[in-house]
Amino acid sequence: MSAAPPPLSVRQLTVAYGERPAVWDVSWDAPPGLTAIVGPNGAGKSTLLKATLGLVPALSGEVRFFGRPLAEVRDRVGYLPQRASVDWDFPATALDVVAMARYPRMRWWGPIPRRHREAARDALAQVGLADLAGRQIGMLSGGQQQRVFLARALAQDADLVLMDEPFAAVDAATEEAIVQVLRDLAASGRHVVAVHHDLGTVPAYFGSVLLLNTRVFAAGPVARAFSAAAIAQTYGARLPVLEQALLSGAEGGGG
Amino acid sequence: MTLQDLLMLDLPPLLAALLAGGTCGLLGSFLVLRRESLVGDALAHAVLPGIILGFAVTGVASGLPMLAGAMLAGLAAVGLIAVVQKAARLDPGAAIGAVFTTFFAVGLVLIEVTGARSVDLDLDCVLFGQLETLVWTEGRSLAALVDPAALAALPRQLGLMAGVAVAVGLTVAALWRPLKLICFDPGYAAALGLPSRGLEIGLAMMVAAAAVAAFQAVGSILVVAMLVCPAAALRLMTDDYRTQVLGGAALGAALGGVGYALAGPVPAALGIGVALNAAGVIGTLGGLAVAAAALARRRASVTPRPAEPALPGSAPGSA
Repeated sequence: MSAAPPPLSVRQLTVAYGERPAVWDVSWDAPPGLTAIVGPNGAGKSTLLKATLGLVPALSGEVRFFGRPLAEVRDRVGYLPQRASVDWDFPATALDVVAMARYPRMRWWGPIPRRHREAARDALAQVGLADLAGRQIGMLSGGQQQRVFLARALAQDADLVLMDEPFAAVDAATEEAIVQVLRDLAASGRHVVAVHHDLGTVPAYFGSVLLLNTRVFAAGPVARAFSAAAIAQTYGARLPVLEQALLSGAEGGGG
Repeated sequence: MTLQDLLMLDLPPLLAALLAGGTCGLLGSFLVLRRESLVGDALAHAVLPGIILGFAVTGVASGLPMLAGAMLAGLAAVGLIAVVQKAARLDPGAAIGAVFTTFFAVGLVLIEVTGARSVDLDLDCVLFGQLETLVWTEGRSLAALVDPAALAALPRQLGLMAGVAVAVGLTVAALWRPLKLICFDPGYAAALGLPSRGLEIGLAMMVAAAAVAAFQAVGSILVVAMLVCPAAALRLMTDDYRTQVLGGAALGAALGGVGYALAGPVPAALGIGVALNAAGVIGTLGGLAVAAAALARRRASVTPRPAEPALPGSAPGSA
């Protein structure tokens, strides 16, 4: 039996802002399951995600989702942007925002069809926000807003969800809710590639890892690729912070 | 003031103010929600050389050539702003400022060079609009309102404005959800496979078309007031997207209509011999509407909002 194509496959991808390369010659296959992209600030983690989705132009390289170009499998790929990328004072309710995930599947005008509304409600329930469906998004806490974005990604009902810093600046309840959602996704055979900034929780939350600092430093199962040596190389000289993180990772890890 | 005066002298400018105000008010919400109000200002000015050239090439002072010229100029300006921003690594504000003032200046030069000035595109009209010059010569009685021949004598600018208003209204209705998404989260729209860039260009083209309509009514300087004031006022008054967009259109039309009435007909009816510049009154009312909305919101926010867990990193600016 031939192996199924990886959820995400990147070949020789290079992205630059002006003359400074943000992502340099990255070739990487995301394995099935839950994968973290880890690296220091400015390492090109978000840029890599955006480039795979065509949101920032790549200088060169090739991207495949499930072995196909994105345009052919767009409905199988979900996306959770950074929370800070939008204006949360926008006049919309939580349900409005989650329903946006279904826009490609409905007419561009008129009321939102009931089944899509129900799907959006289900997604909100999945992140523990069923009661806040009608709440203005500007009135939600930061963690709740993050969960609204997560619900929107879920409502896409995709096989692979790309998440940009899902755990950034969230409260404990939200972090727990997100972890539960990640596990549910993995249990139902879905895949997640998430930009992640907290080295300490990588072993607990994710099965695989990509260590990125403009170029690939290591990739593979956490148990093998997430080694102290590889992390040190990826992060360069920032060892004191790093060692701390590794220590807490070793304590909380083993997953 | 007689009925005949009303029909001949006041009806055309009133309709023009309503149409221009409604069209601009409708599109203004998208600009304000995208935090691109300045782009509206830029487009309102950048269309000028296109209008003049459209006029100079065809010799027709209204209608499709000017509209087409304006939209081409708007497209060129939007494209050039993007290029300048990228090539010169300028911040968006600087790129917009450099491009739209240049376009506008070229337009002013073109007025002289092409001889458009001698007809009815003089500087006053460009800067302050020409509402008062719209006259319906056949509007002699109410019967004219249902007489096709008389209606055909309505100023041609009104036809253009009505056409733009209908086209913009239909387009906004047909693109309702995609427009909402590119206002809130254009990156996500692109990730979903919606034609994000095309929608943004379409929005800019609609603004350019509306700017042409409003340009004839209130002039380039105050077009931005018509684009931004109604939307900004609604932004302070509602948290509902539909109310924001449709209310912006209604408020824009109301400001146009009331502003025109207050400038001329109402003082005249009261026997006050003062005729004000309609564009000035409309613009002033727009500013007052925003101020009133801000005051009303301040008062409303004295009553506490529902209790919220105030977590660090919760959305700024919600107060």
